[in-house]
This record gives sequence, C-alpha cells and structure tokens, in this order.
Amino acid sequence: MSGLPMNSMQRTLTTLGHQEPDQVPLFLLTTMHGAKELDISIEEYFSSSKNVVEGQMRLLKKYRSDCLFPLFYGAIETEAWGSGVIYRTDGPPNAGEPVIQKVEDIDSIKAPKVNESACLMRVIDTISELKSRVGDTVPIIAVAISPFTLPVLQMGFESYIQLLYEHPDRFERLMQINEDFTVEWANAQIAAGATAICYFDPISSPTNIPRELYLKTGQQVAKRTLARINGPTATHLASGRSQSILPDIADTGTAVVGVSALENLAELKASANKRLTLLGNLNGIEMRRWTAEQAEVEVKKAIAGAARGGGFLLGDNHGEIPWQVPDDVLLAIGDAVDRWGRYPLDWIDEEDDL
Amino acid sequence: MTKVKERIQLFQDALSSLDKVKADKIFDEALKDDPPIVVVEQIVVPALENIGQAWQEGALALSQIYMSGRFCEEMVERVLPPSDPDRKRQPRSAIVVLNDYHMLGKRIVYSVMRASGFELFDYGRMDVEELVKRIRTDNLRVLMISVLMLPSALQIRQLREALDTAGINIKILVGGAPFLFDSELWRDVGADAMGKSASDAIQIIETWMEEMT
Repeated sequence: MSGLPMNSMQRTLTTLGHQEPDQVPLFLLTTMHGAKELDISIEEYFSSSKNVVEGQMRLLKKYRSDCLFPLFYGAIETEAWGSGVIYRTDGPPNAGEPVIQKVEDIDSIKAPKVNESACLMRVIDTISELKSRVGDTVPIIAVAISPFTLPVLQMGFESYIQLLYEHPDRFERLMQINEDFTVEWANAQIAAGATAICYFDPISSPTNIPRELYLKTGQQVAKRTLARINGPTATHLASGRSQSILPDIADTGTAVVGVSALENLAELKASANKRLTLLGNLNGIEMRRWTAEQAEVEVKKAIAGAARGGGFLLGDNHGEIPWQVPDDVLLAIGDAVDRWGRYPLDWIDEEDDL
Repeated sequence: MTKVKERIQLFQDALSSLDKVKADKIFDEALKDDPPIVVVEQIVVPALENIGQAWQEGALALSQIYMSGRFCEEMVERVLPPSDPDRKRQPRSAIVVLNDYHMLGKRIVYSVMRASGFELFDYGRMDVEELVKRIRTDNLRVLMISVLMLPSALQIRQLREALDTAGINIKILVGGAPFLFDSELWRDVGADAMGKSASDAIQIIETWMEEMT
C-alpha cells in the first residue's frame, strides 16, 4: 500500500484482491434516500433517470460511500414482465399481481426484451449517465435478481416453494427463461457502464432452502448464469444466512457475498478463506434507531471482525438501507470509517490487549 | 427414550426431510393408541415446535417449515375437522398481513396453528382502517400480524393507536423478518409479544389463554 489516498475504485479493487487498501471501503447501498435529497416522493423520484442520477451523486458526496448504487427497486424487473408495481410513501414499491397465476402459465410465459422495456431502460440511462460523471473512479454496482429468486416476485413465495418441490419440469423451464432474461439484463447494465452486478439471490440462502436443495437448484442456476455475465458479480442473500454454503457460493464464480447480521463476521471471514470478499453486515433494521455512538460501535465491531487483510466491504446486511434510517446515523457511519477504518488497523490489537 | 419421545423424533425427521408418506404412517400409528387431540398435542405440536426452534438456530430452512406445516395441517384436518368439539377452546383469533404483499409467513403460522388444533380467521391482507372494523365485527381477542417489510412493521403502531382510540382491548402478537433483526421493534410498535417462529405463536397464545380464563 502506498501512502497516497486511493480513490473508491482503487480501494475496492485492492480489497477484492484480498490486500489492504488505504481504508475500509464503505458500500452504503442507499436507494430511496435520493428522493429525500431531492425533496420529492419515492414514486416521482424513480419516474426519471435524471432524478436518480442526481440523487445518487448527492448521496455519494454526502455519505462518502465508495460506490454508486443505481438500483431503483427490486420489483422493477417484474414490472418489465408486466406485473406493475405498488408504490408506498415510506419504502420500496412492491410487485403487483404475479405474472404467473398458475403453474401452467410457465408453459407459455415469455421474457421481456430489455431494450423494449421503458422501466429497465430508465436504469440503463441512469447507469450511462453515472458512468459519464465518475468514469473509472467509483464502482457502479448494478443489480440483477437471480433467475432462481425472481419467481418469488413472478408467482409468490408459497407457489414457488410448491414449484420447487412438486413440479421439477416446469421449474427447469422457468429457470431457462429466467436465466436468459437475467443474463440479458445484467449484460445490458454492464454495457451501459456498470462495474459489477449484484446478483440478488436470497432464496439460495440456507435460511430459505436446505443446502441439499440449493446444490441441485440455485447453485446450478448461478453457475450457468454468472458464467454468461460479462463482468464481475457479487452475490447477495439479502439478510439470509450464508455460512454453511460459503464454499458452495464461491464455486459459482462470484467474487463477493453479502452476509447477514445474524452471523459472526470473523467466522464468516474464516469460512470464506480468501475465496470471497464479504460485504456486510451492519443491521439495517436496527440502524433506524441507532445513535451516532452506537453507529460507531457497530462499525468498529464489523471492522474488527473482518477487515484485516482486505477482502471486506463495509455495508448493511440487506443490500438496501431502509427509508427510515436517518441522516445522522448514515453520516456517523462515514465518520466512524474515517476514524477506525484506516489501514493498518493496529487499534484492533491494542483493544484486544486491554 | 419413551415411546412418545421416539415418535416425536421420528415424526420430526420425516417432516424435515419432507417424507409425507412416512409422516402419515407415524401419525396413523399414533392414532391407534390415542385419540386425535392427544396425538396432536403429544406428537404434532412438539415436533413443530422443535422444527421452529431448528429454523431459529439456522439448522432448517423456511421451505422445510412451510412444507411441514402444510403436511401437518392436512393430517390434523383429516382427524379433527374445524367443527370438531375437541378443537381448542380459545379466544377468538385472526391472522393478517398488514399492508404488506408477502404472504408466506402468514401462511406458515396459519398452518402451524391449525395443525396444533387452533381455529382462527385468515384475514389475508388488510390496511389499518379495514382491520379495525373487522376486529370489532368479529369481536377478536387475539390478533396475529405477519410482516416482511419494515414499513409494514412500523404501521402496527398506527393500528394500536386506532384500536386504543376505538376502545378495543385486544392482544397483538407480531412476527416476521424485521422483528428478528431488531429485538426491540415489537415493543416500539405497541405489540404485546413477538414470535420468532410459527411455533412460538402456539406457546404465546396458550399463555394468553390461561391469563384470559
């Protein structure tokens, strides 16, 4: 490490190489907070790529995060499939009516084309403009929901579990269709300027399905899909547990895994064994009522648990900071990284000696 | 190991490996020795409680909890139909998803409750205003609320305030992901208790039943 401060891209690439950068990269994955910055509703904010570009640039500066996160909302993907979205004033919009109402619908379902979808093209335009603003200095982390998790939005969780266990042929057909869509969507975002794809795959978490089933389903889907994405990927389990499948996740070819606040970062780091960089695991739900002092304690705890030797990105554990988390907490997280996140992290040994 | 404990273990293993044929067989064998309500209380409820505990500890997955609940609900329905007088005498109860579009948690709790001999209304998804009306109409004593999203969890506070304003005395039991990640949240929103798993709901409501009688 040289003595010069790194830019966000250098900092991130260094930690992904399991080396120590100048300081712990902060990946504050804020989406809706851009609407607060622009003083408009969430619905209006996401109606225009210009709003999201402006919001993301303001958030980048304000919170001193090391990435841009042009995710609009998860349901934008099924919006493209025709399900519509239901907005609310205090959180991300939900998916509307499932596009798959009964399993037989899988026989005839067709994926949308990215370049024919107005909602997806708003994201593409956002990424292009962000790329023109920051060039190669700040990673732009785009999101694609995994083909294996997308059916929760396409048909509902309950119906999807039944599909997984009881309709293997239709499950396979849906995966083929979804894989092609996810690859097209991810590669369009990469082509627009995204640095990496966050592959949102919470259904693969052992919180949701047993490992044996994951190895036969979600892992196979991930291996096939990630191999066709033209850029690096980070798998996110959106608060789900991961420790018992970390080596299996590494086998899919992903570089990063988003980990849960329910698990111990030091143990996860050991399990990852330098095959994966960890992203996490600040508790986004508790965060809404943290004080600045608590934020500092939590940041220190996470850094002490997993930051030494690189291979660590500090962020929340879900992959999206809730709307209810106040500014002073997010600012306090940035302050704590400034104070405690500079390598070498000798303070950890000093505190251990006390 | 006693015969009952052995049966619970075998039943639980069959459920968590999703072996419905085996689970049915164990259930039917138990019915040869005891009446349905005893089998439910001695075999089904403890097995579901153990499975819920295993999920909390990360040893089992949500899909297994869901399928186990469905299997047990079917078995219990077969021998204890809703009108059966052996179904538990209980406070009038309902389960609802409050202004949220994620139904799986509610479905799991509903199945586990019914598989444990309880009867309850399934309100589906409702907003605060509609829910207050139904609670009054149905004269509920216990309401279970399942949420996945933090904003929905925070709306429980509005519900509690609306119920207080309307002078309705009701116990509220909450569950779902936001409560697992913030152990203080259920108090913040004015609930009376929080269940970490579906099987927690059984224990909490049984405690309330004793308090109410």
